[in-house]
Amino acid sequence: MIRASGLTKRYGEFTAVAGIDFAVARGESFGLLGPNGAGKSTTMRMISATTLRSGGDLRILDRDPDTHGPEVRAHLGVVPQEGNLDTELTCAENLYVYGRYFGLSRRFLRPKVDELLAFAQLEDKRDVKVDALSGGMKRRLTIARGLVNEPEILLLDEPTTGLDPQARHILWDRLFRLKEQGVTLVVTTHYMDEAEQLCDRLIVMDRGRIMAEGSPQTLISEYSSREVLELRYGTGRNAEVAAQLEGIGQRMEALPDRLLLYVDDGEAALEAVVGRGFHPIASLVRRSSLEDVFLRLTGRSLVDE
Amino acid sequence: MSGASALSVAEYRLRNMWKWKRAIIFYGLGGPFLYLASIGLGVGSLVNANGGGLDGVPYLTFLAPALLASAAIQGGQDEVTFPVLAGFVWQKLFFGMAATSLTPAQIANGVLLASVVRIIFTALAYWVVLWGFGAVTLASAVVLIPCAIFAGIAFATFMLWIAAKVRNDDGFFALVGRFVITPMFLFSGTFYPLQSLPLTVQWIGWLSPLWHATEMGRALSYGAGAQAPLFWLHALFLALMGGAGLLLAHRQFTRRLTA
Ligand SMILES: Nc1ncnc2c1ncn2[C@@H]1O[C@H](COP(=O)(O)OP(=O)(O)OP(=O)(O)O)[C@@H](O)[C@H]1O
Ligand SMILES: [Mg+2]
Repeated sequence: MIRASGLTKRYGEFTAVAGIDFAVARGESFGLLGPNGAGKSTTMRMISATTLRSGGDLRILDRDPDTHGPEVRAHLGVVPQEGNLDTELTCAENLYVYGRYFGLSRRFLRPKVDELLAFAQLEDKRDVKVDALSGGMKRRLTIARGLVNEPEILLLDEPTTGLDPQARHILWDRLFRLKEQGVTLVVTTHYMDEAEQLCDRLIVMDRGRIMAEGSPQTLISEYSSREVLELRYGTGRNAEVAAQLEGIGQRMEALPDRLLLYVDDGEAALEAVVGRGFHPIASLVRRSSLEDVFLRLTGRSLVDE
Repeated sequence: MSGASALSVAEYRLRNMWKWKRAIIFYGLGGPFLYLASIGLGVGSLVNANGGGLDGVPYLTFLAPALLASAAIQGGQDEVTFPVLAGFVWQKLFFGMAATSLTPAQIANGVLLASVVRIIFTALAYWVVLWGFGAVTLASAVVLIPCAIFAGIAFATFMLWIAAKVRNDDGFFALVGRFVITPMFLFSGTFYPLQSLPLTVQWIGWLSPLWHATEMGRALSYGAGAQAPLFWLHALFLALMGGAGLLLAHRQFTRRLTA
């Protein structure tokens, strides 16, 4: 469905995407994970045929988006990071007008608009101006709008940023349903739990490059240990204690606020730590996550703290 | 699936305009009414009393082509400046449109097309008021209205391009009003023949679509200085302005929506 090789985007001197390779198969749910400025949105915009690439090759549905923009876009649904709904129109009008931009007929759109409002759980907001919607409702409407042309590929740029946990779960549920219907999903996020929930396969991006690629599980087992022991000794002592814990576990990350020990057995490791006479103020044993993978790959946290 | 066209954008713009119909109708009819009542009748009676009109016709007849073209120009520019700023800067609507089957040029054409509808409406409404005041003859409609529409479109394409270049709206409209619209209105031979101005400011009129349209209108409606070559020169100016404006607007829209 999507094939990129050496895909590059430069803005003047600055390289936002520095030659990345990936492919997405039909029906797959593919993720781009990375911190702010990694180049996720830029990559998305190249895929959505709304920005020209500066180098490399890109094929969407076997077509070049730079030369066949309208044709490619006819088969894509785009949910941009920054919403651009028309706040002066109602929910139903927004969907209808957007469908018209695809050249869809009134007869097709009339039932389609109602179907999409139901999908977004916005039936009772049908004739309400977008101005009066909450952030979560606007997001759902934007996703519904992206489906008006029954796209083969849906591109979602940070679909749940800024939503409360309940709204996020509703959205994830909607996206699962689409996936079941065979829609190919491409999702960017800087939430590791979202990536783990939504993506069959993902690439981890940083500074315009791909750091790793694989399913959430393979990435975790490849780049992290089974469990993680988090220890807190207070901001002042963390670094000092870190030096004394060498030899326990496979690896350690000393963050300003806590130490992370990568181990197979968290409880056993905690015993060993206490055995050396370092009683932490607080400790936590948890499973490894994509956050740990990212820390390992880049030495930085995924979400700015 | 295909068949996306500028018409869908125009349809959207008209839908949006419809929400402002009261304001549009008020400005379309109320404006000229007040204008004609005050300047047309007031100043007109002075001018007529002093020298039997201007250019050999009653003052209102002299004024009519200019007022008509000016209204068309202003109505049209409203519909290419605000929507384009909303499209690129405020709500970023064009970026949403650019993710559909539409091309950037189609988006530009759609906005322009809707402004043409407004231009035509404004010209018709204004003409009716002019006619009501006895400023124009029934027959003049055939020539005056097209001249005004022509000027409105030429200026709208030009402003479509300018508005598409604006990165943030800090004072854009104030600048346009102060340095483009007002001088154009005042220095285009609207209230007296452009030739009465010293050459140092006459050039403003030469660059103004309003003056060219006014001259065409005066020539056609009462045969003022009717010289065929000059008439075609005015028409050529407007055509070039419109053509260049459209080309540049297409380029600017494409640049901004594929960057
Ligand atoms: N139009 C532009 N002009 C210049 N630089 C740009 C432009 N768009 C993006 N950039 C730069 O390219 C880099 C990547 O931006 P991008 O928006 O792709 O990041 P992102 O991974 O989506 O980040 P975020 O998580 O904050 O959304 C950033 O450094 C950004 O400043
Ligand atoms: Mg982004």
